[in-house]
Amino acid sequence: MNVFSDIGRFVNMLKGMFAKPENGRMYWREFMHQCAEIGIGSLGIVAIISVFIGAVSTIQTAYQLVSPLIPLTTIAQIVRDTVILEFAPTLVCIVLAGVAGSRIASELGNMRVSEQIDALEIMGINSKAYLILPKILAALIMIPLLVIIAMVLGIWGGRLAGTMAGIIPANIYDKGLVEFFVPYNVYFALTKSYVFAFIISSIPAFYGYFVRGGALEIGRASTKAVVVSCVLILFADYILSALLL
Amino acid sequence: MIEVKNIQKSFNGKVIIEDVNAVMKAGQCNLIIGASGSGKTVLMKCMVGLFQPESGEILYDGTSFTKMNEEQRTAIRKEIGMLFQGSALFDSLNVEENILFPLNMFSTDSPARKKERVNQVLERVNLPGVNKKYPSELSGGMKKRVALARAIVLNPKYLFCDEPNSGLDPQTSLVIDKLIRDITVEYNMTTVINTHDMNSVMEIGHYILYMYQGKKEWEGSNKEIIFSKNQRLNDFIFASDFLKDAKDMRMLEERGKIDPERNMDDLLK
Repeated sequence: MNVFSDIGRFVNMLKGMFAKPENGRMYWREFMHQCAEIGIGSLGIVAIISVFIGAVSTIQTAYQLVSPLIPLTTIAQIVRDTVILEFAPTLVCIVLAGVAGSRIASELGNMRVSEQIDALEIMGINSKAYLILPKILAALIMIPLLVIIAMVLGIWGGRLAGTMAGIIPANIYDKGLVEFFVPYNVYFALTKSYVFAFIISSIPAFYGYFVRGGALEIGRASTKAVVVSCVLILFADYILSALLL
Repeated sequence: MIEVKNIQKSFNGKVIIEDVNAVMKAGQCNLIIGASGSGKTVLMKCMVGLFQPESGEILYDGTSFTKMNEEQRTAIRKEIGMLFQGSALFDSLNVEENILFPLNMFSTDSPARKKERVNQVLERVNLPGVNKKYPSELSGGMKKRVALARAIVLNPKYLFCDEPNSGLDPQTSLVIDKLIRDITVEYNMTTVINTHDMNSVMEIGHYILYMYQGKKEWEGSNKEIIFSKNQRLNDFIFASDFLKDAKDMRMLEERGKIDPERNMDDLLK
């Protein structure tokens, strides 16, 4: 029963976001602020994770490909496809659910508990439109960009690890990257990243916006937002893979 | 003027406020008092539209707020300023940006004019020169004054203050009370204040509504409260022996039995 009422409130929240902005310039400023928070604020962790994921993929793939009959370019192909199809969109978005999602939930939760959201409403400002919509739009713009950066850095990290460990020469790795490349994989990864971006921004916004109580409840809401986001990301990942691949 | 007519509100089947009526006039401080859990904050939140009452009406200058659509409500809300219990300043913005926020959202004035207005209201609340400070760098009293400055920056017709003195020392409370009273008279606002502070009741209570277990128990002015025979009200207001004595003294003063200017040493001899 609780789940159904939560879904109802979630849909109402999304519906409530779409209203004429009281002042377009203020909304634009908030949107740009959120782009910086979600995009620039998460860039460091995304870069680190991507490089290491690519590096580890190369080493582990090479470790498993023991047959001399398999060409070395296969390592680059496997690293490329796993990074593009799974690691960059899914793993990075799970990390972003923790980084950006918990920030969104705790920011809105704190604003709710300290009556800042009420203050906005009293001023005649649609708090859902002003606080939640820019976050969701910023996530929809910035997270796919972060995923693209993660793809590039992941593949580069694989190349770096491969050459440094003497597993695969750089020119062979580069050759492998372009062999049997399927552009649809990038399209699929970006489709996933848009769905995940919506989950990462809207679910924590829901838990933060409707929090009741004090500091303890903000912490709980933040944790719940991250857990639910991660589960939904994995669920959506499965559904999208089943439908689109 | 704000009229409250037969307001009822309940949560999860429990009635929190029931059949409350009041008339709150412009240019005066209208106080809602009562013990914790008596429904003061719920009543105030119904008045500003944060809660929707199940029955009854709230009228702003004769227009029913409860029957308005969201667009009409937004228009009324632009004429409302509210000072929250915890100040509700935006943590990520400094004092100037906090006060500029409603101006930027709704005013078409030039940036220079808006800045001038910010400095004007900061002067009015006796806080000049704190423009660049963040809420975390301010004391409780300063935060309340900044929140008050933000509440009045758009020259509202109605000012709501939820526990403006909570967590403040008696001296700062007096400053806040005086400021609210002066601003109310100066701008001819209809000011509604939720308070527990008996000093506020006696000093600025032009109209007092006493709530008891969600119902209106008593109403009157700070002059009348001294002579009230309502036992619940007296138990609430004059809870300590000290306050009972103060009440007796004030009654004698009001009846002309004691000259307030008289040297108390003579009286005590």
